[in-house]
Amino acid sequence: MTEYALILVSTVLVNNFVLVKFLGLCPFMGVSRKLETATGMGLATTFVLTLSSVCSYLVNEYMLAPLGLEYLRTIAFILVIAVVVQFTEMVVHKTSPLLYQVLGIFLPLITTNCAVLGVALLNTQAQHGFLESAVYGFGAAAGFSLVLVLFAAMRERITVADVPAVFRGPAIALITAGLMSMAFMGFSGLVKG
Amino acid sequence: MKENHEITMDTFLDGLWKENPVFVMLLGMCPVLAVTNTTMNAIAMGLATTFVLLSSSLLVSLLRHAIPKQVRIASYIVIIATFVTIVDYLIQAISLELYNALGAFIQLIVVNCMILGRAESYASKTRPMKAMANALGMGGGFTIALLCLGTVREVLGNGTLLGYSLFGDSFQPWVVMVLPPGGFFVLGSWLLLFAWLRQHNERRREKKLLETEAANGN
Repeated sequence: MTEYALILVSTVLVNNFVLVKFLGLCPFMGVSRKLETATGMGLATTFVLTLSSVCSYLVNEYMLAPLGLEYLRTIAFILVIAVVVQFTEMVVHKTSPLLYQVLGIFLPLITTNCAVLGVALLNTQAQHGFLESAVYGFGAAAGFSLVLVLFAAMRERITVADVPAVFRGPAIALITAGLMSMAFMGFSGLVKG
Repeated sequence: MKENHEITMDTFLDGLWKENPVFVMLLGMCPVLAVTNTTMNAIAMGLATTFVLLSSSLLVSLLRHAIPKQVRIASYIVIIATFVTIVDYLIQAISLELYNALGAFIQLIVVNCMILGRAESYASKTRPMKAMANALGMGGGFTIALLCLGTVREVLGNGTLLGYSLFGDSFQPWVVMVLPPGGFFVLGSWLLLFAWLRQHNERRREKKLLETEAANGN
């Protein structure tokens, strides 16, 4: 149990996917202008990431490895992710129109979120088991959502602040992200290794 | 509508500067920030991405009439993933050290939005030669951007360039530059510089315009 807790803390805070590993920066910059959309994106990503990391583990373990097809891993994973995203969209659409309204527009975007493929690849690299993969995926997504929501809240403040003209737009956003990344380095002593 | 098949210098040059994928369009930022802590990594990543971009543009352009519209995105991704796998094994064969330094980011070229964006918005609409010229420009622009970040970060954060020491022993390295926050700061500073240059040019142009107007008025 401690093992899983450690993976969780390490992926959410210490090795945060966005600020330390630089995965999923496009949505981080793209949808962080408003707090509401950021929350929606965070929720949708959490759902898909957890599901896809489990699915890609299963595909890798029971299809690719026994057949000796490891060189197809990248192609297989990206297809698995596309299928999971499509499937999630269909299920959410049928079962809960309300949820679909909140998450709907974000779901297709997730296919090209490099954090999703990154988690699948890192899981195989670190040779995580079934539960470990699931926890790792969930932790990565939770870390992503946490940072996304915090960053969106900050950007909302920045838009009303009096920022010098040259700094406006992506420049100030990147520097803010850099400061956030520095703050998150403070967590690095929490988990060893 | 008749397609414009003429290859001009702009087809190639647009990607280098005016539509630079990193500095202007802010696409494909994950590898830009993640692997630029040394210049060597930046060069390798830039070349790998350029190769994938070039070959996938060629193939997409050749197959543009054969791929059905409904499944085009999936087809593009499979084409891109194939070339990424080739690059992945190639780098592993050439230098294992480099392969370990770049980590999962070689495989993650698949989801670089710049490549899919080029396939969707450019290569699928033009002839192979033109698509390749454009891809070369875009890849070049991406590599230049990586180099801009890589050199600054390595020189400031490590005091070296391509592994050679620059400043001697008395130099105190600015360690934060090779750590993750440095990536954000350096890219932010480059964007700042370009925004400033743009503003500067615009002001000068406006001033000139006013002067000529005043001269004409007299």
